[in-house]
Formats: sequence, C-alpha cells, structure tokens
Amino acid sequence: MAVAEQIRPTTDALLKTEAPKRPRNLGQFLRWLLLFIGGIAMVMPIVYMLSTSLKWPHEVYNLKLIPDEPTIENYTYVLEDGRFYWWFVNSLVIALITTVCNVIFDSLVGYTLCKFRFPGRYIIFIAILSTLMIPTEMLVIPWYLMSQQFGWLDTYWGIMFPGLMTAFGTFLMKQFFETVPDDFIEAARIDGLNELQIWWIVAMPLVKPALAALAIFVFLGNWTAFIWPLIVTNSVEMYTLPVGLSSFGDEADVAWELIMTGAAISTIPTLIVFLIFQRFIIRGVVMAGLKG
Amino acid sequence: MFRWSDLTIRQKHIAWAWAFLAVPVLFYAVIRFYPTGNAILISFQDWNLLGSREWAGLDNYVKLFNDPEFWHVFRNTFVYLLLGTPISLVLSFVIAYHLDKLRFMHGFLRMLYFLPFMTSAVAMAWVWRWFYQPVPIGLFNNFLASFGIPQINFLNSTTNALPSVLAPAVWAGLGFQIIIFMAGLRAIPKSYYEAAKIDGVGWWTVLWEITIPLLKPTIVFIVVFSSIGFLRIFDHVFNMTTNNPGGPLNSTKPLVLMIYESAFSSFDMGYAAAQTVVLFVVLLAVSLLQLRILRDN
Repeated sequence: MAVAEQIRPTTDALLKTEAPKRPRNLGQFLRWLLLFIGGIAMVMPIVYMLSTSLKWPHEVYNLKLIPDEPTIENYTYVLEDGRFYWWFVNSLVIALITTVCNVIFDSLVGYTLCKFRFPGRYIIFIAILSTLMIPTEMLVIPWYLMSQQFGWLDTYWGIMFPGLMTAFGTFLMKQFFETVPDDFIEAARIDGLNELQIWWIVAMPLVKPALAALAIFVFLGNWTAFIWPLIVTNSVEMYTLPVGLSSFGDEADVAWELIMTGAAISTIPTLIVFLIFQRFIIRGVVMAGLKG
Repeated sequence: MFRWSDLTIRQKHIAWAWAFLAVPVLFYAVIRFYPTGNAILISFQDWNLLGSREWAGLDNYVKLFNDPEFWHVFRNTFVYLLLGTPISLVLSFVIAYHLDKLRFMHGFLRMLYFLPFMTSAVAMAWVWRWFYQPVPIGLFNNFLASFGIPQINFLNSTTNALPSVLAPAVWAGLGFQIIIFMAGLRAIPKSYYEAAKIDGVGWWTVLWEITIPLLKPTIVFIVVFSSIGFLRIFDHVFNMTTNNPGGPLNSTKPLVLMIYESAFSSFDMGYAAAQTVVLFVVLLAVSLLQLRILRDN
C-alpha cells in the first residue's frame, strides 16, 4: 500500500498526465462527450463478444448488452469439448517460449552490436537490418519445405522456429543499450566480471523497461499469429488458438454464442494483461514504436 | 598451443563478440537469408511438391501477368491500402488531437481506444462476421431493423464485402496509431504554441502551420507502418470468408490469400513463390515511395 502510494507519482510524471480537471466550458464538454461516445463504440465489439459468450441460445440475437440470465454454460461446453483447452495450452507454451528466446537473443545481439567493436560488426548490423524488409509471406513457402524435410511439421518447434529472434527486437534493444554508460561496463571489467556476466548482471537490469516492452510485443504477436501456425499444423490437437478458432467457427452449424465464447477465450488473457499493466504497456508501445 | 591468457585484450574482446553472435548469425542465415534466396529460386521453377523441381525460367511470372485473377487480387490489395491507410490516418489523428487536449478521464478514454489493439485479429474477425449477418442473427442488421431501416448485405455483396472486411482491420489498428500520434503531439515544444498565441493566430492556422509540419516524422512512420499492414492483410479476410475464401467472386481476395491458396491448396509452389516476390517488390516500392514523398516536401 505504502509502496504503491510512493510509486504512483513517479509513473504519473512519466506519462505526463496532469490531475484530472473537469471540462470548463461547453466546447471542452462537447469534445469530451464525442470522445467518450467514440471510445464506447470502440470497445463495443469486445463487450458484445463477452456478453454473448454469457448468454443462453434464445437470448443471443437480441441487442441486450446484459444477459437476462447470465450463464457460464457456453464456457463449460467449449472447455469440456477439450479442443479449446489444448489450443489454449499450445498457444501459451509457444508464446512464452518464443518470448523468452527473443528477450535473451535479441538483447544479446543488440548489446553486442552496441557495445563491442569488432571486424564484421557493420556487415552483421546491415544484414540483420535488411531482414526487416522481407515479408513473412515470402518466407513461409521455404519454411514449409524446410519443416517438411526435417520433420518439423505439426510440432511445437515447427510453429516456433521462425520467430525465435526478430530484427525488430534486436534494434529496439540496441537503441536502449545506447543509454547504458560505457563507464559501467568498464568498471565491471575492472572488477573482474567476464563479458557474459557484464551483459547479464550489469547491462540487462538497466534496460528492464525495454525488455518488458519487447516481451509484451513478442507475446502478443505470437499469441495472435495466424498464417504460419495455419500452414505448419495439420492435426487438431496441435492447433494454436487462432487456428483452432478459425476451424471451429468454420464447422457446420456451430452456434454463434459458442464462437463468441471461443473468441473470448482467446481475447481475455491479453485483455487482463493489458488492464493490469496498462500504463506500462502504453509506454512500451510508444518506446517500441518510436525507437524500433 | 592455444591459450586464452595469451590473447590481447582486444583479441579477447573480438572473441567474446563472435561467441555472442554465433548462434544468432546462424539463425539469421538459415531462417532468414537462405529462405529468401530459396523463395526467389523457386519462383523460377515449376514444382507441385510431389514431382521434381523443373527449371521454368520466367514462366511463373508470365503466367502471373496473364492471369486475370492476379490483376483482380492486385487491385483489391491496393483498394485495401488506398482506403485503409488514409481513413485510419485521419481518424487516429483527429482522435489523438482532441484526446491530447482533454484532461478529464484522459487515461480511461485512452484505454478505451487502445483496447482493440490488444485483441486477436482472428477472434475479432469472427465477432465482426457475426455482426454482419442478416436478420435475425447479425447485430448491425438487427439494429437497423429496429429503426425500420432496410437491411444491408454486408459480406455477400461484391461491392460491400471489401469495406466490411476492411473495417475491423482499421478498427484494430486505430489504438496503436492514436498512441503514437499522442506521443508525437507531446514532443512538440510548448513554446511554439505560446508564440502563436501571442501573435493571435487562429487554431486552424496553428494546426496546419505548426502541428502538422512538426508531426511529419510521426506521420511518415504511421503511413508506412499501416500501408505495410494493409498490403499484407490476410487474417481478417480469411476468417470472414472461410466458406468461400476471398469471396464473393474474389471481391475481397488480397494477394496474401492468393499466395496461400496457390501454395497450400493448389500446391503450385513455383507460382506461389513468384507471387511472394511480387509482394516483396510492391512492399519495398510503396515504402520507399512514401518515405521519399513525405520526406521531400
């Protein structure tokens, strides 16, 4: 409690939000009102998805936002079916492993390109930068052939391997390591730490906000990834949530409230993460967007 | 015999750097560069996954340029771009501009606008698909019906389907662009506005003479970023038209969906690879063109 009170002013200052003031004149009030209506309209699809997932079939097609008799029957039905449970686990495992890999390797490469001077540095820098230009869609065919050849089709590794490192993450981290003073690294060297220790113990803690921003981006990207998992998986139990939801929705005679429940299952985790770390995520998006 | 302690500090430094880079360099070579070359190579071959890879020269490209479906798809892809980018640019700027001037419930409103960005495109495509259904199922048509307004055929009409598919894509990306615009607006020094105030300049002039010119880097970033997104649109189209992908009558089919179908429904790998090369060239050209236009004036 006390800690939270101490932290709050700092985070407020970082986001530069001043204390809320009530609108003073009619113009300001109209501006607020229109933005408020717009904001409510923006979240309506999400709200309707959640509300419909809690409705009985006979209520689904009325416009009521709050169900007359809310029920979790749809969730029980969908989860008892088992498939969504598997798809959820698959998505979670894949997104988590990929995130950890990106946080480690992108920051290691970013750090090396930023703090070391060695022959070949410039070439590697340009080479990694140039991969930003290559669209994923161009690579999916060769990746598919590669997976077929090595037996990676329909495996976790097959879904994950293309995203284990990203050029975007590498450049984001390189930018942030620029803010770590060379003196710190020099001092650590004199203290007898080896380069691996300097990176992990000295430099990494100094760029935690950037690491968190990267982690959020990578996690969200992999949680929602569609085209590659769609191509590389073919058995139902290997699908990720988006691929599973897509095939589930396409089945004949699936009720809309069940599709909405599936959609809710794949949306709720990221929404919860967002609501908890809201300020932090928005700051991360700005950092990643402007520096990356 | 090699001894680590014999190396100079500089040599050790280089050794460490390459040790750190060994795995990543291998990754980028095998997972990024080799496949890029392979995609270009396959685009000059005739191959259906089962038979042997045959050299085909420019056959795939010739076939592509003579394929009416390709031109239809090419047109669709640019319609997504030419509708989506300006609409989302103007909407996000207007919202960010006004939201920036507001203090009351600022954080809450910002959250509302940003929330759709955190959703999964596939999940939301299905939600919107439900909204678009005819009465008595779809929310939009039920809403219209409750006011006695005639039904709109959203997804089954060749003219309405493309904008209907585009809408959730614009909607989902808006929050990100608003946040970036607000960061850009905050970065403009207050002294410019104060000087304009002293000179008694109207808000319209301030907007066009100060705000927008100083936002140029932000605008360039958003235009390039969203253009690339719209040129690569796939998730929304695929999920909103699973019964007839890219339909009705190919009216919503973007290039990426055509690539997907050529490669993984028809297994015409060479033809699909040629399309990916075209996509690559288009993305490159559009990004470079925009950077040039927006940087020059």
